[in-house]
Amino acid sequence: MTKTAIAALEATGITLRYPGAAMPVLEDFDLAVAPGEIVAVLGPSGVGKSSLLRVLAGLQQPSRGAVRVGDQLLSSVHPRVALAFQDPGLLPWLTLEKNVAFGLDFKRQPRLSREVRAARVDAAIDEVGLAHARKLFPSELSGGMAQRAALARCLARKPEVLLLDEPFGALDEVTRAAMQTLLLQVTADFGAATILITHDIDEALLVADRVVLLGGTPAREIGQWRIDLPKPREDDLVELGRLRTDILFKLRATLRRI
Amino acid sequence: MTDLAQRDVSPADRDLIRPSRGRALKPILLGALGLLGLLVLWFIGTDLLPGPGSFIRRFSPFLTVASLGDLVTGSDLLTHVAVSLKRVLVGLAFAVVIGVPLGLAVGSSRPLDTATSPAFQLLRMISPLSWMPIAVMLFGLGDGAIYFLLSFAATWPILLNTAAGVRALDQRWLLLGRSLAATRTETLLRIVIPGVMGHVLTGIRLAIGISWIVLVPCEMLGVSAGLGYLILDTRDRLAYSELMAVVLVIGVIGFALDGAARALHAIWRR
Ligand SMILES: Nc1ncnc2c1ncn2[C@@H]1O[C@H](COP(=O)(O)OP(=O)(O)OP(=O)(O)O)[C@@H](O)[C@H]1O
Ligand SMILES: [Mg+2]
Repeated sequence: MTKTAIAALEATGITLRYPGAAMPVLEDFDLAVAPGEIVAVLGPSGVGKSSLLRVLAGLQQPSRGAVRVGDQLLSSVHPRVALAFQDPGLLPWLTLEKNVAFGLDFKRQPRLSREVRAARVDAAIDEVGLAHARKLFPSELSGGMAQRAALARCLARKPEVLLLDEPFGALDEVTRAAMQTLLLQVTADFGAATILITHDIDEALLVADRVVLLGGTPAREIGQWRIDLPKPREDDLVELGRLRTDILFKLRATLRRI
Repeated sequence: MTDLAQRDVSPADRDLIRPSRGRALKPILLGALGLLGLLVLWFIGTDLLPGPGSFIRRFSPFLTVASLGDLVTGSDLLTHVAVSLKRVLVGLAFAVVIGVPLGLAVGSSRPLDTATSPAFQLLRMISPLSWMPIAVMLFGLGDGAIYFLLSFAATWPILLNTAAGVRALDQRWLLLGRSLAATRTETLLRIVIPGVMGHVLTGIRLAIGISWIVLVPCEMLGVSAGLGYLILDTRDRLAYSELMAVVLVIGVIGFALDGAARALHAIWRR
């Protein structure tokens, strides 16, 4: 793959074994993601998708293997790697705007002037279309708004790598579709290498440039598909149908093996 | 700006967030009705049931209200109230300064929690008044002993609630802190302390209630001002309606303090 040469994020030989566990969760996992590329990671529940994401985020040290962000070896969290979860996890005592700005002024984050921070927060909030709600508290936001706010919090850091763990899993169908469109726009605008963990094959097919299927214990990559269709792909669902069956078939096969 | 800002929130949600005036009014009315009922019971107990010339008639609400008028217009009552409130506030301040850091420590360390929990539960169950003789020996008669007893009484709810707050902290917030490479200080100041604030305020509210209850007997001990002192003073002067008026004042101020603490809590939670 030629894209590997300019990968924003590159994981090689990742093996993760939690202390006390008989078996590793992940074994020999490789992945390289180019700037602006969206990779969807699919896999059955409990296979180790969130564990993988924590390793890629530098929150969890792998037992073996290495993660590189640009040309830097990851040894702990990286300021240009941003993370979002199924639950927006906004801080309830801060307004949306303060939530988006949260952490930008931390000591170990890159030094930014007050003006630059404010500009980044404004841009991030505008990007997710929440300019009208910036003074609201999380309790006053709908689920979709809260999730957009969580995305804006990631964007305010101008991430090179965006790690999303089932970010739309708790949303209803309509909001979810809107969020998927937003994600496409955000990746195009910010050019971040994005890893999207999802349970939803259709979601993967609609937004991803590549789909990686995890399976087995310990989990490995058991399939990878490149999707070269232009986005948005709502009209290509028929064409995607064959791919869908293929992925579903492989997914079923891994389940039977467990 | 505002109506644009509320575009995405449905009217039903909005009602859940801020109850409308009409609905907020009803509990207030019912509460007032309950208070009125209390007043009627008082009247029945002191004016209707006892025979004429009974001693109990001297505690009647009418006489009490008359005495209350005299008390309030005189300058004495305000001094006593001020002295009592100051004692509660000083005790509370000590309790916050001791209870919050201890609570943070206990809440964040499992071994420390396990080690201290039985001791705290035991100490907590001892009525603060039991320490009175010891407090007097240590601090002498007067404000010192009262501050000690009030701080002692108020520390437990604050400590235990703070610790519970730390344990109930949302793990995702801490994970967020880690993913932002927060330092220990940043984690403490930007996540933990605001995160436990609701619990701390609950603790403070309970502490205010306990302090106010413990205060009155404490003030019956060798001091010459305060509401507890005033109770004894009115008794010694056989001024029973005045005594009832002081009791009423104690109740009303306690009610107001609790209301203030609740309001503080509500503002924080929004
Ligand atoms: N911190 C941890 N310590 C020990 N074991 C863990 C830890 N986190 C996860 N595990 C174990 O690792 C395995 C994979 O968990 P993980 O949460 O990564 O799966 P997942 O694919 O994200 O599941 P889901 O789809 O349900 O979110 C599980 O068996 C889990 O019990
Ligand atoms: Mg998971």
